[in-house]
Amino acid sequence: MSLFSTSVRANAVRPSSAKGPLRDRFFKGSTPWLFLAVPLLLLATFTLLPVINMMWYSFTEWNGISKDKEWLGLGNYLEFFTRPELFRVFLVSLYYFFASFIQMGLALYFATILSFNTRFKNLFKGIIFFPYLINGVAIGFTFLYFFRPGGTLDASLAALGLEQFQQQWLGNPDIINVSLAGTSVWRYMGLNFVLFLGAIQSVNPSLYEASSLDGAGKWQQFRYIILPSIRPIVGLSVILAISGSLAVFEIPYVMTGGANGSMTFVIQTINMAFKSHKFGLASAMAVILLLIVIVVTALQRKLVPDEKVDLT
Amino acid sequence: MKSATFGGLKYLTLVVASLVTLLPLVTIVMASFKTSSEFQNTGPFELPQSFDFENYVTAFTQGRMLQGFFNTGIILLVSITGTVIIGAMTAYAIDRFEFRFRRVVVGAFLFAVLVPAVTTQVATFQIVNNLGLYNTRWAAIVLFMGTDIVSIYIFLQFIRAIPKDLDEAAKLEGAGAFRIFWQIIFPLLKPAIATVVIIKGFAAYNEFYIPFLYMPSRDLGVISTSLFRFTGPFGAHWEVIAAGVMIVIIPTLVIFLVMQRFIYSGFTQGATK
Repeated sequence: MSLFSTSVRANAVRPSSAKGPLRDRFFKGSTPWLFLAVPLLLLATFTLLPVINMMWYSFTEWNGISKDKEWLGLGNYLEFFTRPELFRVFLVSLYYFFASFIQMGLALYFATILSFNTRFKNLFKGIIFFPYLINGVAIGFTFLYFFRPGGTLDASLAALGLEQFQQQWLGNPDIINVSLAGTSVWRYMGLNFVLFLGAIQSVNPSLYEASSLDGAGKWQQFRYIILPSIRPIVGLSVILAISGSLAVFEIPYVMTGGANGSMTFVIQTINMAFKSHKFGLASAMAVILLLIVIVVTALQRKLVPDEKVDLT
Repeated sequence: MKSATFGGLKYLTLVVASLVTLLPLVTIVMASFKTSSEFQNTGPFELPQSFDFENYVTAFTQGRMLQGFFNTGIILLVSITGTVIIGAMTAYAIDRFEFRFRRVVVGAFLFAVLVPAVTTQVATFQIVNNLGLYNTRWAAIVLFMGTDIVSIYIFLQFIRAIPKDLDEAAKLEGAGAFRIFWQIIFPLLKPAIATVVIIKGFAAYNEFYIPFLYMPSRDLGVISTSLFRFTGPFGAHWEVIAAGVMIVIIPTLVIFLVMQRFIYSGFTQGATK
């Protein structure tokens, strides 16, 4: 009824604005741009322009200060791929990549058991999630204290009678990335956990009742009800794990500064620019990372078509 | 019988997970109450002799934490206000108008999602510097506002759910696009605003790299950079560093305890976009 009356009124109004159409059309045409002016200006200045500049810098040799840049072509890219000590950062990111699977496995386990009736459910949920909210520098210092000789970890091992495992957790280049990746799991597992838990809880509870009436055990409920319901979010998490493990920055930067073989792709890029003043090479490395992220994301869109990700 | 062992195992793993999560933090709390000589002579699990807040006072005053809270507060307030308005306006324009180059605009925002912000700093730095924003709070404010795409996604989802009849009715009453946006759409976006404020609030409070790179002046220290600078003067004084860590964590813990429900739903919406 109200819809009908609206359209009648609309028809009644239109003829009266006889000289309006042109102005109307102008108004209609420019209004969205008035709303978009500031957002687009910010987007262009602080995201699009840097990306374009970065590509340009990547073909030059430039110290970041002088007026002229020397054109190098693909020189910086060749340098990156032919200097093993630079290329090594990909190996480091493998630690974080594998750690992120342990992280997802743990998150999935805890999300599953907490989706069933559990005492102190909210307490456990809060404890597991809280590290995700903590300031990264505070986490870095907390784990410097945790891993330092005679720190929390060594003392815990001693309390358990496992003194023989005490070692230089951040001093030994063979162990350091395991320690740092472990810190990363401690920090980020809570987010995966809450996302998985949300997806599991969106499953209609009557499905569990029906399946247990049919004699399904907990494992079968997990396999045939829970797992399919969280498949999209798991897929998304796997993709994020790939780009995330290349973009690792804060924890190793705060804790070790990239020393003892813990150098990551991003720390190396940042140091190359702001410490060694090689903006060309640093830009080339940043472009390589950007390309990898774009390829991985494109793959994700292909493999896990998710209508929620679509902006249009 | 079988479900009883499963139940036991379940609680065992939950308790172990809680211990692993809390242990690093609990030992920091204990260290923060120890005196310097006490810290040297006791292990991480030995309780402090007394609970006096001397290290907290040292950390707060000599570590310039008050200034850190002040700078973080200003940046947080301005950038979140800006993010909310910008995100809502963008979503409104994209969802409610048909215009030329709409797809290009959408594509530009989509592309920005892919760009890992830490890496583009190599080039962003030059722009911020040329704009004269280096070593001002504006550097952080403008970068927090200008590079935030997640909030646009969140607003877009909510705006889609607002029936277009509302706009149409207001238009017939003679309201222009700006009045429709401010008086009809914006107030209805409250749940989205709450989500964005939560996500951006934690992000701005925790942000380390942008203030570290763009605001090196000691007077412009934020929470993260003030704490990071503890490594110099307090290098050997873990008890003071521990107090600094706690000063940074306590506000987070309080907000979390007060707003748990909103925080869970906020991060769930924010991450799944």
